[in-house]
Amino acid sequence: MTAGGADVTARGADVTAEGADMAATAPVVVRQAPPEPARPRWSRLGGPAAFTATAVLVLVVAPLLLEPFRLGLLAKYLCYAIVALGIGLAWGQGGMLTLGQGVFFGLGGYAMGMYLKLHDAGGDLPDFMVWSGVEKLPALWAPFGNPVFALAMAVVVPVLVALALGTLVFRQRVRGAYFAILTQALAAALVILLVGQQGLTGGTNGLTNFFDIFGNDVAADTTQRGLYLTVAIVLGVLYLGAWQLVRSRFGRLLLAIRDGEDRVRFLGYDPATVKTVTFAMSAGMAGIAGALFVPVVGIISPALLGVVPSLELVVAVAVGGRYALAGAVLGAVVMGYARTYFSEELPDAWLYLQGALFILVMTLAPKGVAGLASGVAAGLRGRLARGRAAA
Amino acid sequence: MGGALNQLPIGLSIGAVLLLIALGLTFTFGQMGVINMAHGEFIMAGAYTAYLLQDVGFPIALPAAFLVAGLMGLALERVAIRHFYGRPLDTLLLTWGVSLVLQQAARDLFGAPNVQVVSPGWLRGSVGVLPYNRLFIMLLAALSVVAIWAYLNRSAPGRRMRAVMQNRGLAATTGIDTGRVDGLTFFIGSGLAGVAGVALTLIGPVGPTLGTYYIVDAFLVVVAGGLGQLKGAVLAAAGLGLLNSYAEFWTNASLAKVIVFVAIIGFLQFRPQGLFVLRSRALT
Amino acid sequence: MSALLEIRGLDVVFDGFRAISGLDLSVEQGELRFLIGPNGAGKTTLIDVVTGLTRPAAGTVRFGGEELVGRREHEIVRLGVGRTFQTSVVFEELTVLENLDLAASFRRPLWSLLRRRRGASPAVERALSTTGLSGLAGQRAGILSHGQRQWLEIGMLIAQEPRLLLLDEPVAGMSLDERARTGELLTEIARDHTVIVVEHDMDFLRRYASQVTVLHEGAVLVEGSVEQVRADPRVQEVYLGRAREEAGDVVR
Repeated sequence: MTAGGADVTARGADVTAEGADMAATAPVVVRQAPPEPARPRWSRLGGPAAFTATAVLVLVVAPLLLEPFRLGLLAKYLCYAIVALGIGLAWGQGGMLTLGQGVFFGLGGYAMGMYLKLHDAGGDLPDFMVWSGVEKLPALWAPFGNPVFALAMAVVVPVLVALALGTLVFRQRVRGAYFAILTQALAAALVILLVGQQGLTGGTNGLTNFFDIFGNDVAADTTQRGLYLTVAIVLGVLYLGAWQLVRSRFGRLLLAIRDGEDRVRFLGYDPATVKTVTFAMSAGMAGIAGALFVPVVGIISPALLGVVPSLELVVAVAVGGRYALAGAVLGAVVMGYARTYFSEELPDAWLYLQGALFILVMTLAPKGVAGLASGVAAGLRGRLARGRAAA
Repeated sequence: MGGALNQLPIGLSIGAVLLLIALGLTFTFGQMGVINMAHGEFIMAGAYTAYLLQDVGFPIALPAAFLVAGLMGLALERVAIRHFYGRPLDTLLLTWGVSLVLQQAARDLFGAPNVQVVSPGWLRGSVGVLPYNRLFIMLLAALSVVAIWAYLNRSAPGRRMRAVMQNRGLAATTGIDTGRVDGLTFFIGSGLAGVAGVALTLIGPVGPTLGTYYIVDAFLVVVAGGLGQLKGAVLAAAGLGLLNSYAEFWTNASLAKVIVFVAIIGFLQFRPQGLFVLRSRALT
Repeated sequence: MSALLEIRGLDVVFDGFRAISGLDLSVEQGELRFLIGPNGAGKTTLIDVVTGLTRPAAGTVRFGGEELVGRREHEIVRLGVGRTFQTSVVFEELTVLENLDLAASFRRPLWSLLRRRRGASPAVERALSTTGLSGLAGQRAGILSHGQRQWLEIGMLIAQEPRLLLLDEPVAGMSLDERARTGELLTEIARDHTVIVVEHDMDFLRRYASQVTVLHEGAVLVEGSVEQVRADPRVQEVYLGRAREEAGDVVR
C-alpha cells in the first residue's frame, strides 16, 4: 500500500512536468477569464470589524442603555438567534430545511427547567407534580437534580435525537421536502406528548415559577443582566465556531452537498454522514438556546416549541437571509422585536403582517435582507471599480 | 374486545378524511413539486362553508365546499405558487405565510371559538358499531377515489395531468398547456380538501385552526404512499388512520403520535420513496 | 495477473426493459479503452453499474479482486474508481481550486476537514496544470465555459488519484478546438492511468482510440483495434441499420 502510494506520487510528478510542457505548447486558445481582482483590505477586515462592533454594542452599550425589561427581551431574542444560527447552518449551508428545531430547543429547555424545578423544590416534589397528584419523584427526573448532568443533557439529548433521526433518514436518501415534513411531524408529536404527560412535564402549562438559579434570585435585575451577558457570549462563541466551520473544508463540502448531493458521492464522500453531523450540530445549538431561554424567560411550555414556533424561526432566518450566518442571527432578533412591538400595538394585525411580510420576502427577496445588502454592496463596489477604470 | 372493534370505524373514517386531504397534496406535490402548507386552510374553508350552509341543506354543502376551496386553491396557484416552480422549500414557506393570513381571516370572520355544525338527521344513528356519519365519510372518500381514478384514466384532461406529472418538459413540447393543467390540478386537489372539511364537521367542531390538526398527518400519508400515487395514498391513509386510532386506544393519546412517527421512520427504512414509486430511467 | 476490471454475466433490467444482457468485459491495468455503440446500447448504464449508481439484476463486477456490486457509490470511489458525467456537474458556488481540493480530500478523516484549507496540495496542483486551469484557480466554477467545466471535471477525477477512470462522453457539445485539447488531455492521462471512455464521436475515436469495444443491445458486439472494428461488417450493419431505423422514428 505504501509502495503504491509512493508510486502514484512519482508518476504524478511526471505528469506535472509534462502537463506544464503541454500547456506551454498547446496550440489552442483557452478562454481565460481575468484573474479575480485582489479584494481591498477594508473588505477583508470588514467581517472581523463588524463582529467586534456588534460585540461591543451587545455586551457594553445595550446593558447600559436598555432598562431591565427591554434587556430581558433582547436576551430572549438572542436565545432565538442561537437557534436561528443552527437553522442557518443546516438549511442555508446544508440545504436541510428543518421545521422541527423547536423539538431540540424544547429538549434543552426542559432539561434546564427540570433542574431548576428540583432545585427550588429542595428535596420535595415540584409544585405541579403535587397538583397533578404525583406522589413519588419519577425516575426520569431524579438525575436532573444535578446541575452538571442537567446542563449536559440539554445538549446531549438533542444531539442524540438528531443523530438518530439524521442517520435513519439521510442514509435512506430521504431529503428536501420529505425531510421538512418529517421534522415537522416530530415537532407535532412532541407537543402532544408533552401536553399529555401532565405529571411528568407540567402539561400545557409547562415548567414555570422558578425562583433561584445557582444561588441567585432569578427575577433580580443583576441576575437577569448576568443571564443576558451569558446568552450574548454563548451566541458570540457559537457564531465564531459556525463561521469557522463554514470556511473550513467541511463547510465547502456542506455547500457542495447542498447543491449536488448525488455528485458528492462520486467524490468519495458519504453525504449522509456530513448531513447528520451538521444536523446534530444545529440541534445542539437549539438545545443550548433552550437551556438559556428557561432562566431568562422563566418558562418552557409546549406552546413555545411546536410546529408554529419552529416555523417562525425558519421564517426569521429566511427574512434575515438564509445563506449568511449573520443574516440568520439578525433575522431572529429583528423578527423577535417586530413580534413584540406589533403584538403590543396591533395584536390583531400581527398574523396578517407576519404572513404578508413572509410572502413578500419569499417573492421579492428570497435571499433575505442579507442577500439584499450584499447585492447593494456588490453593486457599489462594481460602480467604484468602473469609476476608477474610467478615471 | 368490543372497545377494540369500536376503533375500527373511527380509524377508517379518520383515514378517509386523511385520504381526501392527501389526494390534493400528493398530486400537487407529485406534479409540481409544491408543498402547500395552506392546504389545511382549504379544509377549514370547506368546514366553514358547511357551517354557513347548514340551514340550506347538507347535500348543497358538499359541492359548495368543493367549489369554495377549489377556487381558493386556483387563486393561490395563479397568483403566487406558479412563480415558485422548482423551489419546493420556498413554496412551503410562502404557503405557510398564506396559511397564517387565512387563519387570521377566519378568526375575524367567524370568531376565534369553535363552532358546531348540526349534522343532518339522516346521519345520526348507527348499524352495529358503525355510526352512519363515519360510514358516510368512508363512502365519500371511496366515491372521490373512484372519481379521481376515472378522471385520471378515462378523461382527456386527466390524461394530460398524468403526462405532466410523468414528464413536464415532454408534455409541454407535445402541445399540452402545462399552466392550465397545473391550475386544474390545484383546483381539484383544493376542492377535495374542502370536501374533507365538510366531512370533519360531522365528527367534530370547526375552528380557525382546524386544518393544522390534519395537515401534518396528511403529509405523512403522501410520504408513505409515494408521490402522485393513488393506490399508495389509499393504503397509506387507511394504514395511518388505523394506526393512529389503535395507538391511541392501546396506549394513550399522547403517545400515539410518537408511535406513528416512529412507525413512519421505520417504514422509510424499507421503502424510502413510499409504497409506490413512479419509476423512470432518468437519473436524478 | 487478472484484469483490473472484470465484468461477468451482467444483466440490467429497467421495469422489464433489458438494458444490458449477459455482458462480459475485461479491462487490463494501464489500458485506454473506448466504449462505443448506438443509442440505447447500454454504454452509460454499464458505467452506472460499475460506479454503483445502478444495481444489476445479475452478474459480477470485480475491480482489483473486489466485488463492486452492492457497494454504495462513495465506497466504490474509495476503492479507486472515478467517473465523470455526460452533463458535467461541478460545484458552481465553489472556486475551481476548491472544487479540485474537495475531490482530492476525500481520504482525510471527517474531523480533519474542520480545518481550513491552506494553499493547494500537490495532487491539486497537478490537476490544475494537467488541465490547464491554473489561471482560473481562484474563479468560481459557475463562470466556466462548457469545455472548461468538462476539464474541471476531468481535473477533479485526476485529483482523486483513482486507479480506474470512467469518462462519459467527454467531448459531447465541445467545439473543435476544445475537442483537440481534450484529446491531448486524454492521451496524457492514459499514459499512467487505466481509462474507459464512452464516446459517440467517430472522428475523435479514430484520432485517439487504441482498443475499442462495441456494445449493441446491451452486449459486446466486437472488440479490437479501431481498424478492426471499423472493418467489421457487423459494426457497419449495426450503425447503418440503426441509422435507417432512426430516420423513420419520430420519437427523440
